[in-house]
Amino acid sequence: MSDHKEQALDRRKVMAKILGQRGDTLIVTGLGSTTYDAGTADHPNTFYLWGGMGAAAMMGLGLALAQPMRRVLVLTGDGEMLMGLGALATIGAQAPGNIAIGVIDNEHYSETGMQPTHTHRGVDLAGIARSCSFKVSETVRTEAELDKQLPVLLKAAGSVFLDIKVSTQRYPMSSRLRDGAHIKNRFRENLLGQAAFD
Amino acid sequence: MAAETSHAWADDIYQALKKAKVAQVAFVPDAGHKQLINACHADNTMTAVSLTTEEEGVAMLAGAWLGGQRGALLMQSSGAGNCINMLSIIRECRFPLLMLVTMRGEWGEFNPWQLPMGQGTPQALESAGVVVQRVDRPEDVGETVFAGALMAFGSNRPVAILLGQRLVGFKDWSK
Repeated sequence: MSDHKEQALDRRKVMAKILGQRGDTLIVTGLGSTTYDAGTADHPNTFYLWGGMGAAAMMGLGLALAQPMRRVLVLTGDGEMLMGLGALATIGAQAPGNIAIGVIDNEHYSETGMQPTHTHRGVDLAGIARSCSFKVSETVRTEAELDKQLPVLLKAAGSVFLDIKVSTQRYPMSSRLRDGAHIKNRFRENLLGQAAFD
Repeated sequence: MAAETSHAWADDIYQALKKAKVAQVAFVPDAGHKQLINACHADNTMTAVSLTTEEEGVAMLAGAWLGGQRGALLMQSSGAGNCINMLSIIRECRFPLLMLVTMRGEWGEFNPWQLPMGQGTPQALESAGVVVQRVDRPEDVGETVFAGALMAFGSNRPVAILLGQRLVGFKDWSK
């Protein structure tokens, strides 16, 4: 990525593009910048994690198994994904047809001082997902590749994994919405209606 | 009591989970849960998911609840510590969570490496906000699990049922 800094994708533009085409997709976002990015276009069908680093992919699996007719998309960062790498093996083995994971990969821990993550040092997340039996697993580096893979991320059958390389540009927190019980209850009420309170 | 023996209480747990409408069962295998895991796999109204580590199950069952399904997390006590930070999600968001923990490191334990986590399990879980209940008598298992499920799903709280090592049995653990 460092050789093509001037062309690197911008995380907020990537997020805006994905959320703009989400339709009725159910989304789980991982702790850190990805949650802040997603907050720029808030929706009750988004569950924002503000803690539990490493949880995002597995929350997506439980949700995907509970809602097999709905698309479930996990959006998280490279550091958050690395903390829960075992989830890729568990999801790959379970092989639900309705889950996709998009890693917004800036190759750094941007919230804690921009220390490089393992993806900066040669660890290939898409390769790991492919080895874990994900049906589709690709690395995206350009606008054209993103446009090509977006329908795959949002619609293709089988477990899908995209490692989306972005620049290290930082942005302020977009959302103050961080009360976990509220975020959960809002998501459930919107999805389940009155059954949310059974 | 040998771990490979068929246990009536293991079927009582399965029946309690059915009655509590548990649809997702996440587990890291334990010999004490073998019979229950097999029963859950054989039930086409349940999805049984093998995990690489117990904390995955905490996150997964939060996701299940988001999507309207109830779950149970099966583990042995050595996995309790793995769950601690993930339990912050359960506490902050008031997710229900039912954990069934087979105990090691207590009654008749032969492996000293099991003692630190086994002996620390109740305090570790309680420190993370989990309601901890314990059962040692086979005849109490079914209703303790069902009552724990009612509390978890009725009150949106994490509840762990510790299944004592005396109940689970300690022979032939090295096999």
